[in-house]
Amino acid sequence: MLEIRNLHAAIDGNEILKGLDLTIKKGEVHAIMGPNGSGKSTLAKVLAGHPDYEVTAGEVLYEGRNLLDMAPDERAREGVFMAFQYPIEIPGVSNAQFLRLAYNEKQKHFGRDELDPLEFKDLLKERAKVVEMDASFMTRSVNEGFSGGEKKRNEILQMAVLEPKLAVLDETDSGLDIDALRVVAGGVNQLQGPENAIIVVTHYQRLLNYIVPDFVHVLANGRIVREGGKELALELEEKGYDWIVKADLQGSGAAAPAN
Amino acid sequence: MSTAEFLGNKEYKYGFVTDIESDVIPRGLTEDTIHVISQKKNEPAWMLEFRLKAYRHWLTMTEPKHWPNLKYPTIDYQDIIYYSAPKQKPTLASLDEVDPELLKTFEKLGIPLTEQKQLAGVAVDAVFDSVSVATTYKEKLKKHGVIFCSFTEAIKDYPELIQKYLGSVVPTNDNFFAALNSAVFSDGSFCFIPKGVRCPMELSTYFRINNSESGQFERTLIVAEEGSHVSYLEGCTAPKFDKNQLHAAVVELIALDDAQIKYSTVQNWYAGDEEGRGGIYNFVTKRGKCAGRNSKISWTQVETGSAITWKYPSCILQGDNSIGEFYSVALTNHAQQADTGTKMIHLGKNTRSTIISKGIAAGRSNNSYRGLVKVMPKAENARNYTQCDSMLIGSSSGANTFPYIEVMNDSSSVEHEASTSKISEEQLFYLQQRGISSEDAVSLIINGFCKDVFLQLPMEFAVEATRLLGLKLEGSVG
Ligand SMILES: Nc1ncnc2c1ncn2[C@@H]1O[C@H](COP(=O)(O)OP(=O)(O)O)[C@@H](O)[C@H]1O
Ligand SMILES: [Mg+2]
Repeated sequence: MLEIRNLHAAIDGNEILKGLDLTIKKGEVHAIMGPNGSGKSTLAKVLAGHPDYEVTAGEVLYEGRNLLDMAPDERAREGVFMAFQYPIEIPGVSNAQFLRLAYNEKQKHFGRDELDPLEFKDLLKERAKVVEMDASFMTRSVNEGFSGGEKKRNEILQMAVLEPKLAVLDETDSGLDIDALRVVAGGVNQLQGPENAIIVVTHYQRLLNYIVPDFVHVLANGRIVREGGKELALELEEKGYDWIVKADLQGSGAAAPAN
Repeated sequence: MSTAEFLGNKEYKYGFVTDIESDVIPRGLTEDTIHVISQKKNEPAWMLEFRLKAYRHWLTMTEPKHWPNLKYPTIDYQDIIYYSAPKQKPTLASLDEVDPELLKTFEKLGIPLTEQKQLAGVAVDAVFDSVSVATTYKEKLKKHGVIFCSFTEAIKDYPELIQKYLGSVVPTNDNFFAALNSAVFSDGSFCFIPKGVRCPMELSTYFRINNSESGQFERTLIVAEEGSHVSYLEGCTAPKFDKNQLHAAVVELIALDDAQIKYSTVQNWYAGDEEGRGGIYNFVTKRGKCAGRNSKISWTQVETGSAITWKYPSCILQGDNSIGEFYSVALTNHAQQADTGTKMIHLGKNTRSTIISKGIAAGRSNNSYRGLVKVMPKAENARNYTQCDSMLIGSSSGANTFPYIEVMNDSSSVEHEASTSKISEEQLFYLQQRGISSEDAVSLIINGFCKDVFLQLPMEFAVEATRLLGLKLEGSVG
């Protein structure tokens, strides 16, 4: 589904990703872990097409197409979804209005019928159950005045409405208390199936107790420096990142790929 | 989007010219011009007197050229044609007899006038250059006692009402452009809602300038008697000409005890091209008087067109407990300039006013809010709330807020909030990440910004306003 080869990306002239490789197949759940500032969000935003990031080398194939050639909105309509680490507020635009527009853009893209506000309301009500979100959030402005946890929940609601093929969840666990974490993770699990894939970005292993990854990748120094199964996350929890980062810098890094 | 690129050259789809034979008087303005206009309209002597008085006063006035935020070349008032009317039969038995070219023109503008096609629920007075060419649903409204007709007819058929109310809110000597209008106005609409009547449909006037050399000077007068309600809509467009054209209208509203007038405008005059060539100078005086107790006047405007907009729809809150409201969206792009706002003059006790202004500036445009809240000594317990928000698109546009506040008693309160924001790249990216194109994303953000104002518009107008802002913003993103 996704193939990243030797990806280099920079922001404001600073190279953050320095030769990153990653392969993701349908039905898989991948976790990307790494210390603060290692470039996890950078990777997510490059995949989503954020205009501030410049790809200086490498390629990304999504379902066989050159992802980097596609505009951000086209990527989204083609099924690439990113749950933002810091969701954005859109004053005056109701959640329902925003979600319907997004939903209908996708319907249009695939030549399917668009939904009117009433039809969409039913669909939204159904999908909101996935994250146990109250109907009152649908008439409120997008993310405006939402608590940190509510914003994260709202991200997963959007995922539930748009049903992406590839979802990149950037630190969706941060800001969630344990009950909310359980709900949100449960929602993500409901949305995961054999036809799609999820990349969970986190630097805590806590989330991975609920969303169990098939593969864990450690991002440091702009590359994937170690890969493993879910037990790697537990090891990181115990030992921290330093030892991997240092080992990598000494050139002994990059563990054998897990798959 | 790169915020350095904005609102590209969106085709103005109302820019066509109707080829029609017109009755045009020579350009220039003298007392003779006024005699000619008055004669063409078969006016009574008192009307001619009103005009001449205004004209003589106008001669003593100077054009207010000192507004700090508006820049434009001197207007040559002798180079304007003050009367241009399409030639047609003097009296029409039915609307179907209106010149087909005119019917076609208005239909193209989305205003079908013929009996079969008329908009349901909205009565329309269609004004073409200097004259009203048709008014729909006149008879139906008359059954409810509602008078809705062209100003020319009103002078003929309801002279007492016109003499009583014309100039009672905006005196002939009020300001330079109001005086000019009072001297040369050629048509417009008159609405009268008798005591206790809720007007059964929306009333509206659609203004169209067609002649490249003429100015448009129209007059609107709305009188709502005790306990009556009316909602009035105004729309306007003009062809694209390289030369600037003057539009100097006067609108007067009068609300008696317990009456309510809601006046909504979607202004889409030709704005000029990207370099600022051509476009309408929209210098308009709009004022409402809440003459009676518990009366209410609400102005809602969506200003998207004109090279220059200079207008301050205002409320004189004379009756105790009367309410004035002003909801405004002003969008400027390219070289457009807007200096708009309101005046709320509190005279009566417990009077309340609300001002919500949303200014959006893109391109090299300049967008100013200018508003006066004046609370007189006798206006005990008066309340005002003002909120002025500006949104800048790109880095070459400007937005300003000029609030003037004068409170002359202790029991009143005036509250003012202001903000300036930009569409952030992060907002755009967020929406795009959900599959929304950058253009739709800009549109959505702007509509969210304007929501509090759009909520005030009648349903169909809100849809139109949303669409219009979308069009004006098309091509705004790279
Ligand atoms: N505009 C910028 N200019 C330079 N460096 C930046 C800019 N934005 C982010 N960075 C740097 O990029 C690195 C990666 O950030 P990020 O991808 O957010 O890390 P993570 O998500 O792993 O915590 C950090 O060192 C951060 O300081
Ligand atoms: Mg991050």
